[in-house]
Amino acid sequence: MAAVWKERLMSAGRCLCDSARLMVGVPNYDVYVAHVAMTHPGQAPMSYEAFFRDRQQARYGGGGKGGFRCC
Amino acid sequence: MTKLLRSHAPWMALALVGALALGVLATARGEHVNALWVVAAALSVHLVAYRYYSRYIASSVMRLEAGRATPAVRRNDGLDFVPTDRRVLFGHHFAAIAGAGPLVGPVLAAQMGYLPGVLWILAGVVLAGAVQDFMILFISMRRDGRSLGELIRAEMGIIPGMVALLGAFMIMIIILAVLSLIVVKALVASPWGAFTVGVTIPIALFMGIYTRFLRPARIGEVSLIGFVLLMAAIVFGQSVAHSPLLAPLFTLTATQLCFVLIGYGAVASVLPVWLLLAPRDYLSTFLKIGAIGALAIGIVVMGPDLRMPALTRFIDGSGPVWSGPLFPFLFITIACGAVSGFHALIASGTTPKLIAKETDAPLIGYGAMLVESFVAIMALVSASIIDPGVYFTMNSPPAVVGTTAQSASSAVGGMGFPIAAATISQTAQDVGETTIISRAGGAPTLAVGMAQIFSHVVGGKAMMAFWYHFAILFEALFILTAVDAGTRAGRFMLQDLLGTFIPRFRDTSALGPSLIASGLCVAAWGYFLYQGVTDPLGGINTLWPLFGISNQMLAAVALILGTVVIFKMKRQRHAWVTIAPAAWLIACTLTAGAMKLFSPLPTVGFLAHARVYSAAIAEAKVLAPAKSMANMRQIVLNDRINAVLCSIFILVVACILLYGVRACLAALRRPDWTAQETPDPLAAAE
Repeated sequence: MAAVWKERLMSAGRCLCDSARLMVGVPNYDVYVAHVAMTHPGQAPMSYEAFFRDRQQARYGGGGKGGFRCC
Repeated sequence: MTKLLRSHAPWMALALVGALALGVLATARGEHVNALWVVAAALSVHLVAYRYYSRYIASSVMRLEAGRATPAVRRNDGLDFVPTDRRVLFGHHFAAIAGAGPLVGPVLAAQMGYLPGVLWILAGVVLAGAVQDFMILFISMRRDGRSLGELIRAEMGIIPGMVALLGAFMIMIIILAVLSLIVVKALVASPWGAFTVGVTIPIALFMGIYTRFLRPARIGEVSLIGFVLLMAAIVFGQSVAHSPLLAPLFTLTATQLCFVLIGYGAVASVLPVWLLLAPRDYLSTFLKIGAIGALAIGIVVMGPDLRMPALTRFIDGSGPVWSGPLFPFLFITIACGAVSGFHALIASGTTPKLIAKETDAPLIGYGAMLVESFVAIMALVSASIIDPGVYFTMNSPPAVVGTTAQSASSAVGGMGFPIAAATISQTAQDVGETTIISRAGGAPTLAVGMAQIFSHVVGGKAMMAFWYHFAILFEALFILTAVDAGTRAGRFMLQDLLGTFIPRFRDTSALGPSLIASGLCVAAWGYFLYQGVTDPLGGINTLWPLFGISNQMLAAVALILGTVVIFKMKRQRHAWVTIAPAAWLIACTLTAGAMKLFSPLPTVGFLAHARVYSAAIAEAKVLAPAKSMANMRQIVLNDRINAVLCSIFILVVACILLYGVRACLAALRRPDWTAQETPDPLAAAE
């Protein structure tokens, strides 16, 4: 029983962290790595730092489309 | 039968609770009602609407298919298109739509009493606002996550697409001006506030360098450090305010603040994003979510009484905060929180590219807007629990209440809200300010309300000044982020627009064109900001209705697009879902627009106001509050520019309406489906 609750709590925690990161435009890095491994085998994924910079640029710099906040 | 009863009985009970709460609110007269009745009414209305109305729209209008591939699934790249857990995406979408709008509008609307605001926020969100967000999310999701402009162009034609984009650009200019004006109003002659908000810039720069070079990409860590520094800045701000050496440095007039903000916007929008914009965005986003959560807890724990009457006599349109009768101006004043056209840009932005399953859309599109509406309800509660005398002292322009506690006391007393001059001075002292008179714009009033709630829960009266400046900081922080990001977005839009004529402008990395475009963009909102700051009636009076009209206009445009798509899907039987709110919004924006243009009352109509001043100029008379002939001519010019802007908004609505009706009639004549969805690869394979 305790294990179930621990698992639930950890999943909620992960969810919160993911949500907080996505709020500022950074999606889940592990999902990205898994995606690259699956669809482009042999191609090295970006490092977390490079991934972070890429997302930052996409959110705020890219053609004025990303990162626009509401009133 | 029993099964049916079992599944609906809890919802019926909830509906009864909501009806009871609304009944209490509507019938209470003379005695103070507890704010928890408002909270109960809002929660039950939201939940029942979510359970029934969003499901009805999902199944009848949209016919969402759980198995149909979304853009995130079809074009998954791990970066822009990622199938995302719906709880995670909900947070993302909510953080993107909730801004200063739902906090400010309801505070300003409280001048008519809390009841009209509560009713409009609830009815508006259920029938218009959430429907709009949900519908646009659905349309974009079925079309590879394309943006509002592209969607209108594809479904309605090139001309309405361009008209809508032009409208969106003008709204942005007005939003940036009005948001900056709110910051100016909050920080005028407030060394504590100006210091804390000013110091967020070096804090953000430090965070930027930290995430770039010291400990790259550690968002959580750097946000925590930034938060601690922010709190330290608030505490230290008090010492700054009391220091004879430092206080004068941070005691700024409205005009000084106006130019500081314009300069800030110009510089910030051309700096690299990692240096200032991104790190401050982390702070403002997390602080916003945290403060909203804390406010909800605070209201429930404190359970304060509403001291503002349910209705005030200002429903006749003679209110000091903004002029104009309940219809249409209440529905213009509360835009965000009830219905906000701007969300159409967000719902056709990053969110549709991240949805994992079509059936997640009701929670994201409809649900997140309901939460924003709840934020608006909390803002209305915060404004209504403070002494109405304090409320009107803070929100009336200096031309009405003067600048001293004595003059404000007698003027506000004359409105029917007795308040002692000592109470005014005492309130200012409690929140650590020199004065609270004429701080219109919503933020300071909300901050007083929030300070009362927070200090009731944590710290008592001793902490009130801290909480007040915390609330000011939290609002100013995300307004500044919006100013920065908005100027940047406006600059790209303008470069794109100018690029049609001068191709060199398209190059967003070239220094010359970006500086010119940034400069033009800042000059545009800076003009309206300066106009608002120097306006003797306080600026909010003029700019907020313009903002409301433009925002509701965009909502009408989005709902018209929704209607056209429903007709093209041959589901016009259900089209009332978007037609009804669109018709209401068109009625509100056109009536308000026409009144702003042609009302013979100088307090309402721009042209009537211009006529009064032109006539005086002709007689070489200087009318108060203008101080010189140049002032007088400036006022007339401002009026005329506002009138032009207002007519452009009206023309935009009329044009989109015309094209919308045409597209609907064309779709009716066709026997087949004509909506242009991205085909479902699974269905095509079968």
